[in-house]
Amino acid sequence: MPLTDADKTHVRSIWSKASGKAEELGAQALARMLEAFPNTKTYFSHYSDLSVKSGQVHVHGKKIIDALTDAVNHIDDITGALSALSTKHAHTLRVDPANFKILSHTILVVLALYFPADFTPEVHLACDKFLAEVSYALAEKYR
Amino acid sequence: MSLSAHDKELIGKVWTKISPKAAQIGGDALGRLIVVFPQTKIYFSHFADLSPSSPQIKAHGAKVLGAIGEAVSGIDNVSASLSKLSELHAYNLRVDPVNFKLLAHTLLVSLSATLGAEFTPEIHLAWDKFLAIVAAVLSEKYR
Repeated sequence: MPLTDADKTHVRSIWSKASGKAEELGAQALARMLEAFPNTKTYFSHYSDLSVKSGQVHVHGKKIIDALTDAVNHIDDITGALSALSTKHAHTLRVDPANFKILSHTILVVLALYFPADFTPEVHLACDKFLAEVSYALAEKYR
Repeated sequence: MSLSAHDKELIGKVWTKISPKAAQIGGDALGRLIVVFPQTKIYFSHFADLSPSSPQIKAHGAKVLGAIGEAVSGIDNVSASLSKLSELHAYNLRVDPVNFKLLAHTLLVSLSATLGAEFTPEIHLAWDKFLAIVAAVLSEKYR
């Protein structure tokens, strides 16, 4: 489902606010994923603390949001922008792509939480489509 | 997950082999869909007979495989080849895209029943990727 111009505008607009709180949003999204969907913990067995207070979760959460910011900045070629990350997920991390949906979900939850006035149904839709494209791009090199 | 040149070759080869039996395979796949995933009956409430031997099921299955054949012929641009069907599914039929995965599954089962040992893991992979692309194209215009 390709992103329309309206979608791109919505994503850019909410992301301009989100990118400024990258660490907090990222930590929240990641911690919520780990708590609400415990299967996902399997990929973080090397973390000593999986809570939202964890330093490791903060560092990693920020990384994730920063990567998404990069995708937003290259929204017309998400596959290209995320090519290296796709290779990493495919050959090294080997995260089952089913989990991309789960993290996408918690990211949307956190966006709604932090920006309730901005996260209208249209923006929700645009962000959901965007995260689906990101997930698809990340899964590109798996097979 | 885009199709490699090798994937396309395998898909084409299999299609050439099965196209004389396409109608039968389609009918089989659709019949299986209704039996194995009964919730899919909802889209066929206008069929008098929903058993696998039903002439309506067989005819419709043949139509579905015909469309897949078109996608094979236009494999370098499935989006263009299936453009009308994409609109039909988005604006008229409104089949929940979840069901495309289910039909892809039963199609692979029917293919493997037809091809036997020739349904190698490589061919399975190529066809699974291809049917995922067909499913994505059919859901393209939903939102």
